[in-house]
Amino acid sequence: MSENLIEFNNISKFFGKVIALKDVTMKLKKGEIMCLLGDNGAGKSTLIKTLAGVHKPDEGEIVIEGKKTVFDSPKDALDMGIGTVYQDLALVPLMSVTRNFFMGREPLKGPLFLKTFDIEKANQIAAERMGQIGIDVRDPSQAVGTMSGGERQCLAISRAIYFGAKVLVLDEPTSALGVHQASMVLKYIVKAASQGLAVILITHNVHHAYPVGNSFTVLNRGKSLGTFNKKDISREELLGMMAGGEELDKLEVELKEMDRLSKN
Amino acid sequence: MSDKAKSIASKKTSGQDERLKEVSRLRLLLNRPELGAVGGAILVFIFFGIVAGDTGMFSAYGTLNFLDVSANLGIIAIAAAMLMIGGEFDLSIGSMIGFAGICIAIPAIYWGWPLWVSIIFAFAMAVLVGYFNGILVVRTGLPSFIVTLAMLFILRGATLAITRLITGRTQVPGLRVLIENDPIAWMFATDTFKWLFTWLGSMNLIALRTDGTPLATGIPPSVIWFIAATLFATWILMKTRYGNWIFASGGDKNGATNVGVPVGRVKISLFIGTAVAATIFATIQVLDAGSADTMRGNLKELEAIAAAVVGGCLLTGGYGSAIGAAFGALIFGTVSMGIFYTDVDTDWFKVFLGAMMLIAVVFNNYIRKRVTETK
Repeated sequence: MSENLIEFNNISKFFGKVIALKDVTMKLKKGEIMCLLGDNGAGKSTLIKTLAGVHKPDEGEIVIEGKKTVFDSPKDALDMGIGTVYQDLALVPLMSVTRNFFMGREPLKGPLFLKTFDIEKANQIAAERMGQIGIDVRDPSQAVGTMSGGERQCLAISRAIYFGAKVLVLDEPTSALGVHQASMVLKYIVKAASQGLAVILITHNVHHAYPVGNSFTVLNRGKSLGTFNKKDISREELLGMMAGGEELDKLEVELKEMDRLSKN
Repeated sequence: MSDKAKSIASKKTSGQDERLKEVSRLRLLLNRPELGAVGGAILVFIFFGIVAGDTGMFSAYGTLNFLDVSANLGIIAIAAAMLMIGGEFDLSIGSMIGFAGICIAIPAIYWGWPLWVSIIFAFAMAVLVGYFNGILVVRTGLPSFIVTLAMLFILRGATLAITRLITGRTQVPGLRVLIENDPIAWMFATDTFKWLFTWLGSMNLIALRTDGTPLATGIPPSVIWFIAATLFATWILMKTRYGNWIFASGGDKNGATNVGVPVGRVKISLFIGTAVAATIFATIQVLDAGSADTMRGNLKELEAIAAAVVGGCLLTGGYGSAIGAAFGALIFGTVSMGIFYTDVDTDWFKVFLGAMMLIAVVFNNYIRKRVTETK
């Protein structure tokens, strides 16, 4: 067994009397995609923020490449190679692809005190990076607002990778997307993992998670129901394990009934 | 299925590539925020060229006249535009003009300070006022509209009260004699390219006074400041890291913060920028008139914002340009002066100003939709 890139051992987080997370353990190797599943309120957001360095865990430890680590700030997490892509993506629709890609971390050129934003280099890198994903930015100075939701998601992920992420934390990357767009994003996530990144994919959509995940951790009411390898669990079992799985089964039956009636 | 999807997708992208590259240049131009203002300015010049072409409006003297008015407005409009791109308003610009004028005049006339010290003092006060506006907006999270509206009243009231307290009047004259040999004042009070105008006069190419000197003596300082401000602001917005931060701060405050843009610092510096621009405006006018007036700059903040909006700035921030604001100011300056050369009653100027703004806002709204909702 190769060494884990990142380990979260028995992480707990309390807000006053509320137990947001209790004894959550996750281990990821390079190139692995772990899907974190859970319904609303299961503690996903708290876990993400703990991963991103926004919250400090009250119990447990974070181990990166064999070393025990404490994140004091989001910047610490970033410096340790944890790249978090939040649901809002931190993209400005009115700004160009390039300007968004390098927002806050613009490449500079020129003499001291007269350093200017190296737009040519930035344009070139942005176009190159987007090209690698298979998104053809006709013109890197086009506004991000003209891109589709999936393209924006890919841009945000690509940006996190470019700026040194070893572990990608993706918060609901497919939740607002249609089938085609979602598959484009998922394809890109698999590609990123195949290049040696560890990916934590947070979602409540088992159908998106199951095809791409290597392992699955199910959260329910702040506790981990365990981590399962893909070969050990079926999509239906996963769905059932998440709160609301039963309800979905019921819904499916009802929908089939409606479908049958409308066809008659 | 995925293979099929891939092949379709790749066919689509490779096919689109060539075709779209050709139109991208035109698209780029059409999507520039200053397009409307440049087009508007051209229309205004065509209009006055036809209506007032033979009246002397476009003589050297007439041209410098409307350029001077445009340039004064332009200096504050550009700063207002940058602040608007950064997502905030400054309604205290007009009051700051009056306040800065008094900050120059009272120390120079009543306290015996050298003029250049008074000018530096005025700029220092501007930095303070701008910083205060900025920190208040950033710290409280209140809309800048309200915060700077309060500052509009506070500054104007303080200007009036302090002036009357010290001088017993609302005007402070007597500055003109101090300009000569002052190490700083010349930057705000000297016409440039005088030799050119003298030469043009001697060649009988421009109108002369009865004593043989040209009617138009040189490029007024406002125009030089205006051009310099336009170039500087455009350079900042387009070519520097700080420029990118301005767009980011105005476009999406949270997103910008999440990727490490110091949004608070950016906004505070932009508020300092509008106050400093107001002080440049004030210094030029005070030295030109030779006196400071407590009501100077009244309502100028609204004209500056109007020019910025005509220049393509969105009221919601994150979009706009300094060149656009410069052309917006040029439109207002040209019309406000040009109207004297026509048969139209000058009372109609404000009607024009309002109509122009309405058209601009509708147009800008359409542009924003184009930019953000292509797909």
